[in-house]
Amino acid sequence: MTMKKVFSRPASLSKTPFHYCPGCDHGVIHRLVAEAIDELEVGDRTIGVAPVGCSVFAYDYFNFDFNQAAHGRAPAVATGIKRTRPDSIVFTYQGDGDLAAIGTAEIIHAANRGEKITVIFVNNAIYGMTGGQMAPTTLIGMKTQTSPYGRDASTAGNPIKMSEMIATLESPVYVTRVTINSVANLMKAKKAIYNAFKLQKEGKGFSFVEVVAICPTNWGKKPADSHKWLTENMLPVFPLGTFKDTLGVEKSA
Amino acid sequence: MAKVLMKGNEAIGEAAVLAGCRYYFGYPITPQSELPAYLAKRLPEVDGVFVQAESEVAAINMVYGSGSAGARVMTSSSSPGISLKQEGISYIAGAEVPCLIVNVMRGGPGLGNIAPAQSDYWQSTRGGGHGDYRTIVLAPNSVQEMADMTITGFDLSDRFRNPVLLLSDGVLGQMMEPVNLPEPHDYNINSKKWALGYRGSDKNERNLCSSIFLDNDELEEHNWHLYQKYQVITDLFSKGEYKDFAVEEHLCDDAEIILVGYGIISRILKTVVEKCRKRGIKAGLVRPKVLWPFPTAVFERLAKTASQFLVVEMSCGQMVEDVKLSVDGKKPVFFFGRTGGTVPSDFEILNEVDKLVRPD
Repeated sequence: MTMKKVFSRPASLSKTPFHYCPGCDHGVIHRLVAEAIDELEVGDRTIGVAPVGCSVFAYDYFNFDFNQAAHGRAPAVATGIKRTRPDSIVFTYQGDGDLAAIGTAEIIHAANRGEKITVIFVNNAIYGMTGGQMAPTTLIGMKTQTSPYGRDASTAGNPIKMSEMIATLESPVYVTRVTINSVANLMKAKKAIYNAFKLQKEGKGFSFVEVVAICPTNWGKKPADSHKWLTENMLPVFPLGTFKDTLGVEKSA
Repeated sequence: MAKVLMKGNEAIGEAAVLAGCRYYFGYPITPQSELPAYLAKRLPEVDGVFVQAESEVAAINMVYGSGSAGARVMTSSSSPGISLKQEGISYIAGAEVPCLIVNVMRGGPGLGNIAPAQSDYWQSTRGGGHGDYRTIVLAPNSVQEMADMTITGFDLSDRFRNPVLLLSDGVLGQMMEPVNLPEPHDYNINSKKWALGYRGSDKNERNLCSSIFLDNDELEEHNWHLYQKYQVITDLFSKGEYKDFAVEEHLCDDAEIILVGYGIISRILKTVVEKCRKRGIKAGLVRPKVLWPFPTAVFERLAKTASQFLVVEMSCGQMVEDVKLSVDGKKPVFFFGRTGGTVPSDFEILNEVDKLVRPD
């Protein structure tokens, strides 16, 4: 009797074991990216751009070409790659420190030029790699290494909402915020990432997927508690939903 | 091709197109504006890409992306903008991605002014950004050389997978001279097997452009690999095929005083040498055309025959340190400089020579 294989590692995902902390969402999000690329059959012409932060080694986990960019500059590097090889599928994978602090100019202007790239933005409200400092997306009152008394809006401002900001621009064709705190939301996240890459494959324009994620290590919480905390605290500030879908990719799918 | 009258900045632009460069990323700054203006018009005519970036930082990172995808690519700026690009240049050097960077120098530090200067010598020849790396630095002194060295710069950067800096100044960028443009060069974007997106049938593994080596031993190995590459480049300019390209000598054989200057200064120094000779002063000129690797050998040789050196720069004295290192204390090395955007006159320099050769 032969066994039918019903589940396997996506071809675009390498066999390198993830270095991420136990319970971290990056591994799952990497997998969703790899699945979308496999399903769209573009693995042989995809080029990724890794950021600085926890996902600095993202290039180790995928089987396609990669550039490792300076902190925050991934959208500029991706612009150079996509303009040079327009038939490639180019994406950046960035965290909140990288995209929403040091790289704010690069992300806003890549979006505004309507670069035909895809951006996967992982927002877990904290700097992970450097040991848990306050990020632009850190919630008010949230304690971090550099906001030990809790983030104070009067001196440190308020959580920055990148999806909402980018959706105000004319050029992007798809801006959506998802999370992976439940199986139902995971399936929605998978669909959003697929849609973003599908739009790029069709040459449509700039697509942006924000994934609200957990950081158990730097939040000082167990993974299950982290997802609960995310649901109760992060989602009211960063509501899920699609902020821009110019071409109606969600309806057509 | 027939001779055409062009500004130095435009000559770089046209030469880049003729060298097969189809990608330019930059940000506006005086006094290099003619170059992006030229390419904004010219590149679309040859199916090329011109992007005005949101900043110098973004522009150099677009260059990093484009170069890593196999393109002949360039950016240009002037001093304060080149400072902003240093982060990207360090990454590009670390990841060994070829590109051409043009600096049309102006006065600093800080915002300084928009007048010509040569005060970015240290920044250019010592790396500029963080880490143990080198950029090849070419220093033209005419509109013709702006064009020729653009082509040479692309060839060198591809050959050594290293950024090349074309170090010019506000005078050279703005002045017009007749120029013989070279024949166009074919460039195939799929000629680099290491490039991202390379899809030749001989591609076995995925390609990666990166400057991160987290393991101590790996980074040390990488840094020594870069160092060895820089040694090969140094040999090429000191005794290999670029030996004659690296430096220009004028009336040095019997010279008692050697004047030293690069870029626009070298043209004034040539006039000073002629005037000295008419007055019976045995003066000669050494003009480094390549600033890194520095042409040390010529100074080692002339330190045996000449009695003194006078280095002239539009700075408070930067290249003079390399001349002193090369002369190695065997003969006195003097300095004369003007800064802040003033180009010294031949008369002023002649006065300095007089003081040195006729002390009473």
